[in-house]
Amino acid sequence: MTPEMKGFLLLSIIKMLVVFTVTMVGVALLTLMERKVSAWMQNRRGPNRVGPAGLLQPAADGLKNILKEETFPALANRWLFLLAPAMSFVPALLLFAVIPFAAPVPVDFDFTLGPLGRFVHHGLMPMVVADLPVGFLFVLAISSMGVYGIALAGWASNSKYALLGGLRASAQMVSYEVAMGLSLIPVLLLSGNVSLSAIVREQQLGLWYVLPLFLSFFIFLISGFAETNRLPFDMPEAESELIAGYHTEYSAMKFSFFFIAEYSNVATVSAMVATLFFGGWDIPFTHWDEAGGVLQTIATAGFFFLKVMFWIFFVMWIRWTLPRFRYDQLMGLGWKVLMPLALAYIMVICVAVYLVEQRFGITDPIYKSLILFGLNLVIGGLVFWVLDSGMFLKGSARQRLTINTRARRATVTG
Amino acid sequence: MAIGVKVLERPERQVSYVRATLKGMALTFKHMFEKKVTMQYPEEKSSDSDSGMGRWSISPRWRGTHRMLTDEQGRSKCVACGLCPQVCPANCIKLVPGEDEQGNRYPLIYEIDEFRCVFCGYCQEVCPEEAIHVGVHYENSEYSRDRFVYDLERLSSQTHAVSTLWDPTDPKGE
Repeated sequence: MTPEMKGFLLLSIIKMLVVFTVTMVGVALLTLMERKVSAWMQNRRGPNRVGPAGLLQPAADGLKNILKEETFPALANRWLFLLAPAMSFVPALLLFAVIPFAAPVPVDFDFTLGPLGRFVHHGLMPMVVADLPVGFLFVLAISSMGVYGIALAGWASNSKYALLGGLRASAQMVSYEVAMGLSLIPVLLLSGNVSLSAIVREQQLGLWYVLPLFLSFFIFLISGFAETNRLPFDMPEAESELIAGYHTEYSAMKFSFFFIAEYSNVATVSAMVATLFFGGWDIPFTHWDEAGGVLQTIATAGFFFLKVMFWIFFVMWIRWTLPRFRYDQLMGLGWKVLMPLALAYIMVICVAVYLVEQRFGITDPIYKSLILFGLNLVIGGLVFWVLDSGMFLKGSARQRLTINTRARRATVTG
Repeated sequence: MAIGVKVLERPERQVSYVRATLKGMALTFKHMFEKKVTMQYPEEKSSDSDSGMGRWSISPRWRGTHRMLTDEQGRSKCVACGLCPQVCPANCIKLVPGEDEQGNRYPLIYEIDEFRCVFCGYCQEVCPEEAIHVGVHYENSEYSRDRFVYDLERLSSQTHAVSTLWDPTDPKGE
C-alpha cells in the first residue's frame, strides 16, 4: 500500500468515526428535541427533570431500553424478527456517508508510525466520508432499502397489526420513491453532475436550487415526509388504527432501533434538502467560504448544521400541526398528483433549460437561475392554487361538489 | 329526515388546503412562545395557592385522606357511636368502643384502611360529633402497605384542612 493510500485510509477512518458519533448522539438528542418541540407547541414544558433542562433524558431512555425485557412473539420468525430493526437502521445511517457537511479542509501530513509505515496526505480533504462520484444515485438506492426493514418487521412479527403496518409501509414507500426520484431529475439537469459535492459547487456559482427548482423542492419535501413515515404520512404506524403498526411486537432495544432509524431518516432527509436545494454548506451572499481553510471549514460546518436543524425542526413542526392522511388519499396524492406533477415539471425544466441555454445563449448561472425562478413563480402559483382548492383530494369538499352538480344535472336532463 | 338528523351545510366553496396548512403552522409556531401551563409539581404545589405560588388549588370540597378532630384536652372528639362503620359503603372503618369511669364512650380502636376507602365522605356527613372528616389532601405515598391503615393516633395528628363536602355558598347544590 502506498503512503498516500494509507493517509487517505487514516483520514477516512477518522471521518467515519466522527460522522457516526455525531449522528448517533444527534439522533438521540433529536428524540429529546421532538418531545420539547411538541411540548412547546402544546404550551407544555417537555422533559426537564433528567439533567440540565432535560438534556440527559435520551441517556435515561437509552438505559431504560437496554435494561427492559426483550420479548419474542411465540410464532414470530425469530431471525427475521431480529434482523428487521438492523435492516431499517443501517440504511438510515449509511446515507450520511455521502453528504458533504463542510468546505474541504487542507490537510498536510507526512509521518511514519512504527510497523504501519509512512502516512502521507497533501492538499484538500473533502469533508464527506465518501465523496462518491455516484453520490446521488447511492442516496436513491440506499433510501429505498429502508422499506425492507419495515416490511420485514411487519411480516416477521406474525401479528395482524404489524403485518398491515408493514404492507402499508411498503406500498407507501415504493409509491413515493417514484415521485422522489423524479423530483430530483431537474436538479441533475441544472447541475449536470450526480456527485453531491458537484451539486453543492454548482449552487455556489448560481442560486440555491430552491429558487430555480422550487417545485422539485416541494415534491421532494413531501415525498421525504412519506419516505420517513412521518406525520402526516405515518400510515405504517397509525396508532389510532394499527396500535403501533410494524413495531407493535417490538420491545426494549429492538424498538429503540426503529426509533433511531426514524430519527436518522429525518436527519438524512433534512440533510438532503439542505444539500440539494439549500446550497449544502454554502454560506449565502459571500464567496469567502469557498476559499478553503480551517476557519472556512468550521464556519461552513456550522452553517450546514443550522440548515439541517431548521429542516429537522420543520419536520417536527409539520408533525404537530397536521393530522394524518387517510390511506387512499395518501396513495392518490402520490400517484395522481406528485408523480404526474414531477414528470410534467421535468418536461418544463428541460424545455426551459434548452431555450435559455441554446436559444438565448444565457450561460451565466445566476441569470439562468433567475429566469427559471420566474418560471417557477408562475407554475408554483398555479400548482398551489389547484392544490389549495382540493380538486385532487379524494372525498374533498370540492370533489363532492362536482359530483353533486353532475348528479343533479343528470337527474335534470335524464 | 324522519329521525331528525341535523344536516350541516358545509362551506364547500371556501375550503382551502394549502392556506389552511399554512395557517395551522402559524398557529403552532405562535404557541411555542406562549406561556407554559405546566405546574412544576414538586416545586409548585396547589397547597401553596394561598401564598400565591401555585396557579391551581384543589377545591375545598375535595375528599382526601381522613383526619380526626380533637378537643381542647387533645382527646379525640369521637364518642364511638358506631355510625361511621355502619354507613361506610366500603367497610373500611374498624371501631371498637370503650367506656371510662364517668360513662363517657370513646374509641379503643379506630382504624381506617385507606386502601379500601372510596372517599365518599359519608363518615363525615354522618358523624354527630363532627369528629371524623375527610381532608383536603392528596400526597399520601408511603414505603409500605401497612402504613395505609391509619390508626387513631395518626388520624388525630393530621393537620391538613378538612373538606367542606359541599359548597358553603350553595349548600343545596342549586
